[in-house]
Amino acid sequence: MRFEGTDSYVATPDLMLAVNAAITLQRPLLIKGEPGTGKTMLAEEVAAALGIPLLQWHVKSTTKAQQGLYEYDAVSRLRDSQLGDEKVKDISNYIVKGVLWQAFEQGKPSVILIDEVDKADIEFPNDLLRELDRMEFYVYETRQTIRAAVRPIVIITSNNEKELPDAFLRRCFFHYIKFPDKETMGRIVDVHFPNLKQNLLREAMEVFFELREVPGMKKKPSTSELIDWLKLLVAEDIPPEALRSKDRKVVVPPLAGALLKNEQDVHLFERLVYMARQNR
Amino acid sequence: MLIDFFLHLKAKKLPVSTREFLTLLEALKERVAGNSIDDFYFLARTCLVKDETHYDKFDRAFGEYFKGVEQVPGLEADIPEEWLKMMMKKHLTPEEKAKLEKLGWDKLMEEFKKRLKEQKGRHQGGSKWIGTGGSSPFGHGGYHPEGIRIGGESAGNRTAIKVWENREYRNLDDTVELGTRNIKVALRRLRRFAREGAEDELDMDGTIAGTARNAGWLDIKMRPERHNKVKVLLFLDIGGSMDDHIKVCEELFSAAKSEFKHLEYFYFHNCIYDYVWKDNRRRHGERFPLWDVMHKYGEDYKVVVVGDATMSPYEVLQPGGSVEYANEEAGAVWLQRMLDTWPRAVWLNPEPERLWDYRHSIELIRTIFNSRMFPLTLAGLERAMRELNK
Repeated sequence: MRFEGTDSYVATPDLMLAVNAAITLQRPLLIKGEPGTGKTMLAEEVAAALGIPLLQWHVKSTTKAQQGLYEYDAVSRLRDSQLGDEKVKDISNYIVKGVLWQAFEQGKPSVILIDEVDKADIEFPNDLLRELDRMEFYVYETRQTIRAAVRPIVIITSNNEKELPDAFLRRCFFHYIKFPDKETMGRIVDVHFPNLKQNLLREAMEVFFELREVPGMKKKPSTSELIDWLKLLVAEDIPPEALRSKDRKVVVPPLAGALLKNEQDVHLFERLVYMARQNR
Repeated sequence: MLIDFFLHLKAKKLPVSTREFLTLLEALKERVAGNSIDDFYFLARTCLVKDETHYDKFDRAFGEYFKGVEQVPGLEADIPEEWLKMMMKKHLTPEEKAKLEKLGWDKLMEEFKKRLKEQKGRHQGGSKWIGTGGSSPFGHGGYHPEGIRIGGESAGNRTAIKVWENREYRNLDDTVELGTRNIKVALRRLRRFAREGAEDELDMDGTIAGTARNAGWLDIKMRPERHNKVKVLLFLDIGGSMDDHIKVCEELFSAAKSEFKHLEYFYFHNCIYDYVWKDNRRRHGERFPLWDVMHKYGEDYKVVVVGDATMSPYEVLQPGGSVEYANEEAGAVWLQRMLDTWPRAVWLNPEPERLWDYRHSIELIRTIFNSRMFPLTLAGLERAMRELNK
């Protein structure tokens, strides 16, 4: 199994190498990168490219490692016991399978996405060490060991909100998706808008990369924001000339709301544009 | 020789472990990457480096290492990579490949060293040597980099810039100065969400689950209250030579304010003497004698001093050395007194660490603080927090 990117996802050679290393050596792959660089998309695309199922586990601040394995639904068992349901005698009726369990019992390769692992408690990754290492875990309630027949491909994303424990990191491959350069960005846009007018694309990219260069920006626009913005430009049928408008009244590029998500950034940008015009 | 590479990374303070190194060897053995040095670079990075803040360090270490190798005598011949690959395919029979696999790590190393010596003595890039060197990337994992290395040299000659020489990850290096966001990350280190002390909070979820598990018998669960135990005293240098750093200081300060429940802050100028103050505008009207502060806040407070420690040495050593008023006791005495009161104290210095040796006063204060002075960078802050948590 090798991953070579897909029609709808542009993967750089170093990213492909990291994914293939993770697939070949069957170790988890930890992905970091600026927001909007396609970290979560990667798992979907790997699953699609290899034609295997994708199981997603979106981590929140309250998520416990146990929930990825299984949960014991004590409350419904209590209710059943009071209603005198026959089911209540077998505890396994109340074991709810988690994402890892589902993946382990597939019996064929699958992709597990553990999304935004840094959102959870600091101990969360440590609690999964053995499970991800050996791909097995023990169910105390039913006294059985669940083992993966085929090791799934595990892709973990992180937004760097918390540091991950060293023991966890040592078991993973790591890749940092850096912000695409102009050329890669051109390919990414091509993939999303095959029929985009060339001059509109050129002008839009200029504006976009200039905007990223503005110093002191709180939230730099990212790939996904560029894609959104282009979508709007195409939908509104904005002519390319409008992006390079010499009109003094037009301060911010049209529909810039898709790119600048922070009020302070908009102000900063307006001020800079204003200052630039003054100097002219 | 790849062991040397590993040790080189270690020497460059990259947190690489043996386990990761073995993973890299395994990956080479499984031929995850192609034969080019770029592939090896990416593979080594994805295996060994687990944090983008280390990417830049890795780039530099990688560059240094492979540059050094280019100067090994006997390797000066320019061997195009493609040609090498062709030669490998031509020269290696399946039997040879199997033999290479069987030879194992140490034997291969020896073999290679022998060849290298031979090469130096008798051949000038002769076919035997190239043939052997070329076969290496197809052999055992450990042998692979030798092939790469030769390829690397020529790659350097053909393309203008190598990937790792771009140093694209310089901005991610955590030794640069702080912004508000990364300060918060580091200050969070200080919080200890230790659940200890009396059980004084009803654990609602635990009680429901416990009761359900008991099939209806009430099972009350208590848990210790979660509270932030860390108490911090912050001393901020204000005015004078600190004016360039005041912004960084305030960022640290504003971040700190939201992080602790018990946080007290005081301002001082250049060095700490008899008085500190809380409001810089009323610094002369509203002063707090340091004695009172030391009596009020117990030794369980952790002290963070932020200042550039850049002043004339007299301001530290001489009574009456203060630029503001005649102090009866020298700054050094007061600093020592502070450290006696609060044993867990650090000094954060916004000046770049490399300049510290050139300033006498920094050296003085550092000695008083027992070398617990750290630069005001994310990495420095982390070291400081770790020191405080000890």
